[in-house]
Amino acid sequence: MSQPPSFTLLVSEDTGSDGEEPSPNNEGALHTSFHQLIQEQSSLMEAGLELEMQDRGRGKAPWPQSGWDRDSVCAWTLPGPGEQHPGYSSASLRILASMPSRTIGRSRGAIISQYYNRTARLRRRSSRPPLQQLCRTARPSLRLYDLETDPPLVPPDKRSLLVNELLSLSPSHRSHMLLTVPLCLAEKRALRYVQSHRPHSAPRAVLGRTPPLTPLSAGQAGAERAEGLLSLLPAVQPWHYALKQIGGRFGSSVLSYFLFLKMLLMFNIISFLILLVFVVALQAAYPPASANPQPFTGLELLTGAGYFTHSLLYYGYYSNTTLKSPCTSSRSTCPLAAPPLPYNMSLAYICSVGVSFLITCVLLVYSMYRSFGESYRVGSSSRDLPAKVFCAWDFKVVQRRSVKLQCENICTQLKELLAEQRCSSRSRSLCQRLGRTVVLLLAWLLSLSTVLGCTVAVHRFSQHMHTVSAQEALLLALPLVVSVLNAVMPHLYNLLAAWERQDYPGAQVYVAICRNLILKMILLGLLCYQWLSRRVVCSMEECWETCVGQDLYRFVVMDFVFTLLDTLLGELVWRLILEKRLKRNQKPQFDIARNTLELIYGQTLTWLGVLFAPLLPAVQVLKLLLLFYIKKTSLVHNCQSPSKPWQASHMSTVFITLLCFPSFLGAAVFLFYTIWAVQPSETCGPFQGLETIYKSWQTWGQVLEKSNPNITWFTWAHQHLVKNPFLPFFVSGVLLAGIYFNIQVLRGRRRIIHLLKEQIANEGEDKVFLIQKLHSTYERRGRRT
Amino acid sequence: LGDLQDLLFYRYRDLAPQLVPLDYTHKPDVTLPYELIGSMPELKDNPFRQRIAEVFSEGGDGNMTLDDFLDMFSVLSEMAPRDLKAYYAFKIYDFNNDDYICKSDLEKTVNKLTRNELTPEEVNLVCEKVIYEADVDNDGKLSLEDFQHMIIRAPDFLSTFHIRI
Repeated sequence: MSQPPSFTLLVSEDTGSDGEEPSPNNEGALHTSFHQLIQEQSSLMEAGLELEMQDRGRGKAPWPQSGWDRDSVCAWTLPGPGEQHPGYSSASLRILASMPSRTIGRSRGAIISQYYNRTARLRRRSSRPPLQQLCRTARPSLRLYDLETDPPLVPPDKRSLLVNELLSLSPSHRSHMLLTVPLCLAEKRALRYVQSHRPHSAPRAVLGRTPPLTPLSAGQAGAERAEGLLSLLPAVQPWHYALKQIGGRFGSSVLSYFLFLKMLLMFNIISFLILLVFVVALQAAYPPASANPQPFTGLELLTGAGYFTHSLLYYGYYSNTTLKSPCTSSRSTCPLAAPPLPYNMSLAYICSVGVSFLITCVLLVYSMYRSFGESYRVGSSSRDLPAKVFCAWDFKVVQRRSVKLQCENICTQLKELLAEQRCSSRSRSLCQRLGRTVVLLLAWLLSLSTVLGCTVAVHRFSQHMHTVSAQEALLLALPLVVSVLNAVMPHLYNLLAAWERQDYPGAQVYVAICRNLILKMILLGLLCYQWLSRRVVCSMEECWETCVGQDLYRFVVMDFVFTLLDTLLGELVWRLILEKRLKRNQKPQFDIARNTLELIYGQTLTWLGVLFAPLLPAVQVLKLLLLFYIKKTSLVHNCQSPSKPWQASHMSTVFITLLCFPSFLGAAVFLFYTIWAVQPSETCGPFQGLETIYKSWQTWGQVLEKSNPNITWFTWAHQHLVKNPFLPFFVSGVLLAGIYFNIQVLRGRRRIIHLLKEQIANEGEDKVFLIQKLHSTYERRGRRT
Repeated sequence: LGDLQDLLFYRYRDLAPQLVPLDYTHKPDVTLPYELIGSMPELKDNPFRQRIAEVFSEGGDGNMTLDDFLDMFSVLSEMAPRDLKAYYAFKIYDFNNDDYICKSDLEKTVNKLTRNELTPEEVNLVCEKVIYEADVDNDGKLSLEDFQHMIIRAPDFLSTFHIRI
């Protein structure tokens, strides 16, 4: 461990009394550049300090005068020197004002010096000292290590020092450092200018370019525009103004719903494009010889049957052979020749579906990772009062009425937090706890039994519908029933959660989401089982995949219809009732959780149906586009922002996780099961006559191997990686090891945080002690003179 | 970023077209008074607009040049890093500019947040609890490090300290 260096304090002293006393040694770790700073700043401080002391001399009391008693406060605050030091001499005040921690933020020179240190540290990558060497009894300061490794400064120009350090960093580090340094634009521009005029550096585009509309040369303008376009890529946002309007009126919480909708739209567009290019467009160009299509009646848009049965929409339309020319012998001229390369439709079908799922998976996991990175914090909770005070104000909200509402919300939340903190100190009696447990159990029993009841009802109903003769319109009955249940039960669960009166306000939302999710997933599970087993639904069809595809199409359409109805009744009609009948000046609140879960449900249906109806993502895209505009209009006219606290980033993470885990994972499991284990129908679709869909992939592998014996690596990879049962075990073992490692790292970091906090507290005590010593020294000196 | 800068320049110019020239090659020394800045629709009803303008203006009085204006909106945009935002947020909440958020600063903040709806006792209690929970070095007020330490633990900060332009 190093010796604590001794420092002499340079103070431009007015009193010529050097005195017999040596200057007090300050462990305040003055960096050499701060010596000059203090000299510079001390002249400025004089003027400021005189004013401060005059204010204090006028007898302003540091504590507010109210009827409130100081003794009722628990005495945890030390009387800090910054608050009550009316008697300090001007010399000690001058020293205090030029402490390094005080000058950061006020003086540009201090910022530059601080960032010089940081950059130097980054460059040399001097790591933290190992913790075992830190002896806590001697209370070393971590700043000591800076001083040892910093070279003595030769030129006094701080800016050129910083530029030198920046140039030695890699370009990405440099631009990141420039982006984060809290200097004003003019300083950053000057730094960039000095940087770019060094011989071995290239000018980079960072924050703070020359202002626009200066007469640029053509080449420079072109380069700037290209850079501008590239950097615009994250900023090219459709619906930018609409989102700004929503954020301005309702805040980040409601905005998160629309951002989630935008994300789902992007996923669906990507899936649709992949399927369009590789499957749909080609099949449309080379249509198979098929039976005469039925005439178009309007009902097809709802039921998906009839005219749409033998169309591109469904699985049954796609051929299982390599594509041929559509010309028959009766035509003399053929506008379309056969495709130049043989195009294996079945392989293309399975590959496109697989690739679109893979890309969706990667994008989902990436968004989850980014969302977790932003929102998950060790040891944070919604009951964190400082975060409430400093982070609750949403700067996006700009409308006057919404601002007023936000003020009221924050006021309510602060009052609730204070009440809660008072409450939690009181312990509950046994009777109350028993009562609460009974209420909780009852509520959960009720919700689970309703879920069971709904499942049984849907099962019985589908069996009944199966026995009834199938008219086209009656096909809509089952989707109707399921959508009714999905629309009505969440309202019941909300009421149930409100009746339960949870301890923590956030828990109410979580519990309602949980129950809603359980209902939706169990219903979907039942439907998947019915579709795959085909004992009840589509049992008599030859082309069962088209039948299942049609069923899924009906579910998607019915879900859309019921969302519209729910918006109409739940928002418009409810607002009219509230205003006209009940004469309350309150609008209905936008239920973010319920609406987001409905989006997740619709997306799960789409993912389930991609294999059976390749154009279903296109239907979902249309549906989401319409939904955006309808929801936005209804929101703006009928709703008000929610008054309960809603942590937008945290809840976004929760919803993305829900999208990934029950929803996408379930759809992927369904897809894999269908590909691996279910026999496709004999007479239609791209996998006619095969044992399973997966066999087409295997057959292709064998054909490839036979045609070119050099590609044995492919079959080897397939044999040993895909078919090997040990691979999943190995992968899960690696994952578990990684998780354990991360947990240990986290534990170590928590311990370090704890130690560092102790150290900071100790440093604070040291500082107070030294300041009091300083004050007493100067007082004694003052008394002597 | 280029388009954002253009957009901001036009917004700046729209506040006072007769004062702001279109051509900035000769770096004209144009400062718009605080009243014009505070009348922008994004800031007009924000209770902290005066502090925001003071923090980003050159002289600390709220009158902003184009550079200050660009600075302000780039820090408040969604591309600014968290530490930069935390630094400026600290300066905004430090009403008396003494580099510490002391109890009086906190009281002013809470009153602005709630429009003076809380009783003085409640305001006091809130301020004390905030200092108790967030003050790490136990000097009775929040320094920049305390503030940054607290902001790191609050995931909502990035999404709330953001103005869309």
